[in-house]
Amino acid sequence: MPEREQIRKPTPQKRDEQVAETAAPTETSEKLKSDLDDLLDEIDSVLETNAEEFVRSYVQKGGE
Amino acid sequence: MAVAKLCGIETEYGVVLRGAADPNPVLASSMLINGYVDDHRVGWDFEDESPATDARGFARQGAQPPDIETHLVNAVLTNGARYYVDHAHPEYSSPECSDALQAVLYDKAGERILARSMQAARRILGDGQEIVVYKNNSDGKGNSYGCHENYLVDRTVSFVRLVRNLIPWFVTRQIYCGAGKVGGENGSDNIGFQITQRADFFEEEVGLETTLKRPIINTRDEPHADPHKYRRLHVIVGDANLCEVSTLLKVGTTAICLAMIEDDFMSKDFTLASAVPAMRAVSHDVSLRESLQLADGSTATPIEIQWEYLTQARKYADEFGLAVCGGDTVGKLVLDRWEQTLNALETNFTSLDGVLDWVTKYQLLKAYADRDNLEWTDPKLKLLDLQYHDVRPDKSLFERLVAAGKVERVTDETSVQNAMKEPPPTTRAYFRGTVLKRWPDSVVAANWDSLVLDVGVEPLRRIPMMEPTRGTEDHVGALLSSVRTPRELLDRLQG
Repeated sequence: MPEREQIRKPTPQKRDEQVAETAAPTETSEKLKSDLDDLLDEIDSVLETNAEEFVRSYVQKGGE
Repeated sequence: MAVAKLCGIETEYGVVLRGAADPNPVLASSMLINGYVDDHRVGWDFEDESPATDARGFARQGAQPPDIETHLVNAVLTNGARYYVDHAHPEYSSPECSDALQAVLYDKAGERILARSMQAARRILGDGQEIVVYKNNSDGKGNSYGCHENYLVDRTVSFVRLVRNLIPWFVTRQIYCGAGKVGGENGSDNIGFQITQRADFFEEEVGLETTLKRPIINTRDEPHADPHKYRRLHVIVGDANLCEVSTLLKVGTTAICLAMIEDDFMSKDFTLASAVPAMRAVSHDVSLRESLQLADGSTATPIEIQWEYLTQARKYADEFGLAVCGGDTVGKLVLDRWEQTLNALETNFTSLDGVLDWVTKYQLLKAYADRDNLEWTDPKLKLLDLQYHDVRPDKSLFERLVAAGKVERVTDETSVQNAMKEPPPTTRAYFRGTVLKRWPDSVVAANWDSLVLDVGVEPLRRIPMMEPTRGTEDHVGALLSSVRTPRELLDRLQG
């Protein structure tokens, strides 16, 4: 399937991005990790309390 | 020949009434809708509803046609949508849209309408009570509710051809349409996380039902348009999506696939050896590596089958153009996003975090599970799954990700807010919505294919709207702004 092979090639632009990403690994990955930690903390602050009871009580009637 | 792929999305939301002695979901749904449309309600007109009619030209013995519940709350909105209680859920049926990007906009507007409804319902609820809605498709306990897509299809295309080409399509498109789910249901055991909410609920290949023995291809033949010219393909396999790119791809690629089938362009047959188990197998395989058995004895992964469809679609676009699928802007956007998505799914699916729902949810839950050392069976992860879909802006985990700039949007919020009130200018929804906005007191009833007006003298007048591509701003905009009363409108329409 030559057409498919053609389609599947990643664009050159994407390759450049990948190179740029690998150029400065430590700083980027540390920043990402700290962003993620902040996000998970934020999620903890909005999560409903008592997960087990909350999930158990979520019962719907079938629809459609 | 392929007709313009007008489309719309109907979403049943999960609903909970907290703090009430009788947490009746029908009552809760009614309160939401009443709260929202307090100012103005126009009744829905059931004259042309016939959900038991089968596209194959017969009604199967023992098939359970859905009931129409005329006693429940039912409203038409100025954006052309229908907002009503279906079974025990609030349902928002978007207005008819002319392309996938518009469908994303009106689907997102629906979420905002539900959020506004929850606020409005607070005014009529007792102390300590709250109604909460979720844009998901399962309660995790074997009960599912739908998110249905509708597409305008040429009536002359044989239903058999549609079925043959669409079954492998619906099975494989799950890899970018899924909203993600923790665990399995309806007999699917030992599932940590799967790609879709709905796959576990499909038990037949083709059929009329939507609430039991759900089929991959639903045969409801209720065109809400000229039945000699059109079919409305009623698609029940999809998940309700929050990621706009997921919705864009779901609707956009399916529209292109349908156009190819209508123009008899599909040169390959991807008929699966066993489609119903394949539906689950694809959803359960987060690695995306497992091959499916085709009827001709060969095997292919869902990504490989999707590449084949895309290859055909590229050729189709070159030969036929994409005028019926959103033209050079939206049609081309869909093709490009489709290709990028397949590339990413194949090489590094985590790059689709913030792009596709299932990947976004998976990455979030994985990170949470890694931090706290949780198993997939932990109720905390099921709570995160559920709360991803919470429609309250302050509680929705999805909205938290949006606020953190982690989710790609293809609409902007100003357009979404506008779409809560204004109809799409490019379909008959424009006529419905504009008449309703101009003369709310004169619109006695409305449905998809007609409006009933009280023009001040007997009898009530029905305006048929059997052609979904007419009644657009281009078609009737000047007329509507040049008349002052419904009666004048009627005179001009008949004159």
